[in-house]
Amino acid sequence: MMNIRFKSTKSRYILNAAAVLALYGVLYAMIENGILNRYAAGLLMTAGYNIILAVSLNLAAGFLGQLPLGHAGFMSVGAYASALFTLGLEMDGAVEFPLALIIGGLVAAVFGVLIGLPALRLSGDYLAIITLGFGEIIRVVILNLSFTGGAFGLQGMKRYSNFTNIFIFAVITLFVISTLIKSRHGRAILAIREDEIAAEASGIPTTYYKTFAFAVSAFFAGVAGGLYAHHLCILDPSTFGFMKSVEILVMVVLGGMGSLIGSVVAAFGLTLLPELLREFAQYRIIVYSLLLVLVMIFKPSGLFGRYDFSLGKTVDDLFIKLRAPNKKGGA
Amino acid sequence: MREPVLNVNNLGIRFGGLQALDDFNIHVNNNEIVGLIGPNGAGKTTVFNLLTNVYAPSRGSINIEGVNTMGSRTHGVTKAGMSRTFQNIRLFKNLSVIDNVKIALHNGIRYSFLESVFRLPSYWKQEKKATEKAMELLSRFDLDRHADSIASGLPYGAQRRLEIVRALATDPKILLLDEPAAGMNPSETAELMANIRKIRDDFHVAIILIEHDMSLVMGICERILVLNYGLIIASGTPEQIKNDPAVIEAYLGQQRGE
Repeated sequence: MMNIRFKSTKSRYILNAAAVLALYGVLYAMIENGILNRYAAGLLMTAGYNIILAVSLNLAAGFLGQLPLGHAGFMSVGAYASALFTLGLEMDGAVEFPLALIIGGLVAAVFGVLIGLPALRLSGDYLAIITLGFGEIIRVVILNLSFTGGAFGLQGMKRYSNFTNIFIFAVITLFVISTLIKSRHGRAILAIREDEIAAEASGIPTTYYKTFAFAVSAFFAGVAGGLYAHHLCILDPSTFGFMKSVEILVMVVLGGMGSLIGSVVAAFGLTLLPELLREFAQYRIIVYSLLLVLVMIFKPSGLFGRYDFSLGKTVDDLFIKLRAPNKKGGA
Repeated sequence: MREPVLNVNNLGIRFGGLQALDDFNIHVNNNEIVGLIGPNGAGKTTVFNLLTNVYAPSRGSINIEGVNTMGSRTHGVTKAGMSRTFQNIRLFKNLSVIDNVKIALHNGIRYSFLESVFRLPSYWKQEKKATEKAMELLSRFDLDRHADSIASGLPYGAQRRLEIVRALATDPKILLLDEPAAGMNPSETAELMANIRKIRDDFHVAIILIEHDMSLVMGICERILVLNYGLIIASGTPEQIKNDPAVIEAYLGQQRGE
């Protein structure tokens, strides 16, 4: 067909890369020129690591089909691990920071495996409760250890996080998870969500893939934690409580379990919304909750359901639509 | 003498106080079609669940081409060469038809996580191969035109066929079919019968099937085992089974009087 312009995968990659670069360019220019003030730029960065958190949780919640409630726990592990790394070493930031993020991610992934192995034997509400418990254990342990600073938390990290590296890591997270989903590993994860017994019967080692998905999910939560730690430059264990996990889960559910674009939009929206609602002062939490209730009533599968966005396809469809009236005129 | 691909000896399981299956023996030869029949609750599906280790047997031994699969997980049994369908269809409902098949090709595809994240040539090559293999299997069962539809949207008969395709995609030596004709009308059943023979011949698999439709069972099975209350009460050719008094009693009850 003539109309299919972005059928080949290569051209789709180029199109996506161009779109990402353009988005980065526009946002970066806006920050540099002061169109977005410091406050707005900070908000954008918060949205950035919230996107990483929501997208990574979506792997475990939307694609694997489990309901983990301890995502903030993995985030805190990553945050502390990377913060301790940069505090302990004197290296050039360009080397130290990426390394710290990866270490934060890896430590979180190890915790993901350790928690996943026992927790993933259960499912549904039981898994939710056990992961909630583990999340709290992590928080309380951090609160009581001396090298994590206890209740005082950690401070003195260099402000390594900036718009550019948060943007890069958000793109990496999206890229890795979306390519993962479209591979044999991703299909195994989806099969487990659909029917665990049938997945086993089709030759898929379900325990392995559940743990694997959990670990990848924890890895990116850890990376987000590292970005967070070097953005605020102060870590307080009480910020990684149950409410933070719920906040991330709400983003995933609101956007749509199993939709990456949904997680991105919801994470972005729910980061901005409380700020936009500032004029309602104390009523903003009510408005926020009301919005969630309304979405759940009218679109229980989330804003995007399981829809996944493909720029190539959207552009193709647009061209087809644009061309259709022309054809009529010609005939 | 053909070499048995499946040797099962003395298989049994207890659920609490209930001996659901006891002293179950079966030896299936290559390319053989064996029927497993019996009244409701006789333990037929339990046999399948034990063979594929969905339930862990309390005792006995299972051997697939000399490989002991007792105690291995279900996916290990599948890898060893035994795959199955389910009584109440268990497709990956929200995934496309072709993905249902490609999931079952999982162990035939070899690329690592990193190879797929970076989309290295091995990813493209293996994915292409898997897609071709899946399409070929689908076209054999007249499902290729539905390849991109969502599995739950298929008509009932096509869903049953898809489940068989998925089971075949794991490259089995033994195929377990749990009531493949359930809910089908006579003409669909006749088509299925021809299909099952074709599967046996084309894929060189042994087939064990549970079925209530006697025309199907008697029509294609070379050998039949009859279960009642967890015990084998008869085995033999369709002719022998038809005239076996124990079987008639199990299905119709004892004749009164005399």
